Amino acid sequence: MKEFLQQPWPWYVAGVLIGLIVPTLLILGNKHFGISANLRHACAACFPSNINFFKYDWKKESWNLFFVGGILMGAFIAAFGLPDPNPVVVNPDLMKELNTYGINDYTSMVPKQLVSWDALFTARGMVMMVAGGFLVGFGSRYAGGCTSGHAIMGLSNLQWPSLIATCCFMAGGFLMANLILPFIMKL
Amino acid sequence: MSAEKNTQEILTDFEVRSLDTVCINESTQQHPWWYNFKYLAVGILFGIVFVKAEIISWFRMQEMFRFQSFHMYGVIGTAVVVGAISIALIKKFKVKTIHGEEIHFTPKKFNKGQIIGGLIFGLGWALTGACPGPIFAQIGMGITVMIIVLLSAITGTWVYGYMRDRLPH
Repeated sequence: MKEFLQQPWPWYVAGVLIGLIVPTLLILGNKHFGISANLRHACAACFPSNINFFKYDWKKESWNLFFVGGILMGAFIAAFGLPDPNPVVVNPDLMKELNTYGINDYTSMVPKQLVSWDALFTARGMVMMVAGGFLVGFGSRYAGGCTSGHAIMGLSNLQWPSLIATCCFMAGGFLMANLILPFIMKL
Repeated sequence: MSAEKNTQEILTDFEVRSLDTVCINESTQQHPWWYNFKYLAVGILFGIVFVKAEIISWFRMQEMFRFQSFHMYGVIGTAVVVGAISIALIKKFKVKTIHGEEIHFTPKKFNKGQIIGGLIFGLGWALTGACPGPIFAQIGMGITVMIIVLLSAITGTWVYGYMRDRLPH
């Protein structure tokens, strides 16, 4: 059983479980599935700086902080309790491309040569982690939600603005992965 | 008089909280803080799925954006179908919460942020290989450098809040 759970789970199992989070949160207490709002709550709690956008009672949204606290703990349980002993399986075309940038370490879910404390102080690592994180935080709030709030919750509730947002998420991603990232990798 | 003032404050607070967010807390019921542990439990399950289905893998994101793997499309597509069926059933049968409250849905209004912000988010998503949820999961699984990405994302959110009035919406 444990070995069965240790291997990577197929998309249909993950998809069904993630889809079920939507009604679970609604039925447990009228909560709408979303994660990026936590970044806003963090600002409201720590640095409101008299900015109107952060002047609200973030404690009313504390369920969301418990939710991400759970994600953190769940990830810990999965990574250390149900570890997959094999390297990550990656599409050969992607491996070939990454190889030209000197990336050939598949022992972690992230490429250690790009995402690690050592890489943080290289030009490409700095761009990926610091600039990338900034874009994620700025963009998700500007768009009014991230993959969970728009792509899953918004689309499940048949909201067309969420469809527009999801299409733009994907468009930005295609642009970055195919056209911009090759230049950043060469830094 | 004081009750009236109190209501006024709550309404204003709700308006501020509703700005640019899809996941506003809709419940009007008051519960002790430890009721929030039920959301912690859901989060734990979600975190396990994140890691075991490799949704937090930088490699899976790069494959998705290069059409080299069906995995992420399968995950998101299935999740939306299951979510949509669940919401339709909740609406049809007027399902209530476990505390007997009616379940509310707020229609999302369109603004330019969904296009501009969406594109900006997409760039960051492909660059870091993580959207906000996976950032937390990666920290949990011991990739501690993701704390830097999280702090940077919080900074990005703060800068958005600071510039909000000057940005097209």
